[in-house]
Amino acid sequence: MAWAVFIVLSVLCVGAVAAMIVSRNQAHNALFLVLAFASLGGLFGLLDAPFAAAVQVLVYAGAIMVLFLFAIMMFNLRRPAPREKKTLRAALAAGLGTVLFVELVLAARKALAGSVPTGAPGGIEGLGRLLFTDYLYAFEITSLLILAALVGALALAGKKEDA
Amino acid sequence: MIPPPAFLFLAVLLFGLGVLAFFVKKDLLTQFMAVEIMLNAGNLAFLSLAKAFGRAEGQALVLFVITVAAAEAVVGLAIIVVVFRQRRSLRTDELKDLKG
Repeated sequence: MAWAVFIVLSVLCVGAVAAMIVSRNQAHNALFLVLAFASLGGLFGLLDAPFAAAVQVLVYAGAIMVLFLFAIMMFNLRRPAPREKKTLRAALAAGLGTVLFVELVLAARKALAGSVPTGAPGGIEGLGRLLFTDYLYAFEITSLLILAALVGALALAGKKEDA
Repeated sequence: MIPPPAFLFLAVLLFGLGVLAFFVKKDLLTQFMAVEIMLNAGNLAFLSLAKAFGRAEGQALVLFVITVAAAEAVVGLAIIVVVFRQRRSLRTDELKDLKG
């Protein structure tokens, strides 16, 4: 059962990303990305990380992608992007992607070599305890980061058109 | 019970696809989406390793990555909006004023 869910979700996720590479419409790309992020949320759930799954769906598939869609609506590009020419660049990108993929697979195999298959990585209580003890400073600095991003975005894009 | 290496393999595959999308696309907004895919592949790797080692640190890191990604998306989109206002274009092959 778990395998069926895993296979469906991973095929959805990889398929959505592949469709994003092929499609030339920005709004379609954003919607494909919503699908990819939602199925990733399901995969997070399969990994015994219910809180990360919820945050993934709320923040990524919800907030961030709505932000993207608003931006796309603002740009209001009438013409779709012209067809990408099959250039040297695309071939180089495919080569680089393949090399990186192989390299990461090798690195991942090594990283997993020392793993001891234990139980679940702890529930939400453990995660909350960790966030407010070991990672307390990081957690507080994150709130400063969000404030800075808010102010920065307003300073950059909040000006009047004719200013 | 799915072994964590399967998830790790999927994360690596997604990261590779994100890199490919970033270099194949020539439109600033879609390239930005490709960066988000790579960040998410990183999150999936964190969670599968958290599962493999049975520790919660990976899950805590994922929360930080998601927060930083949200901040990055906000500032990045603001920069893209400014670029679009000045140039009326988001094609990266048309934005070449910095070319020496």
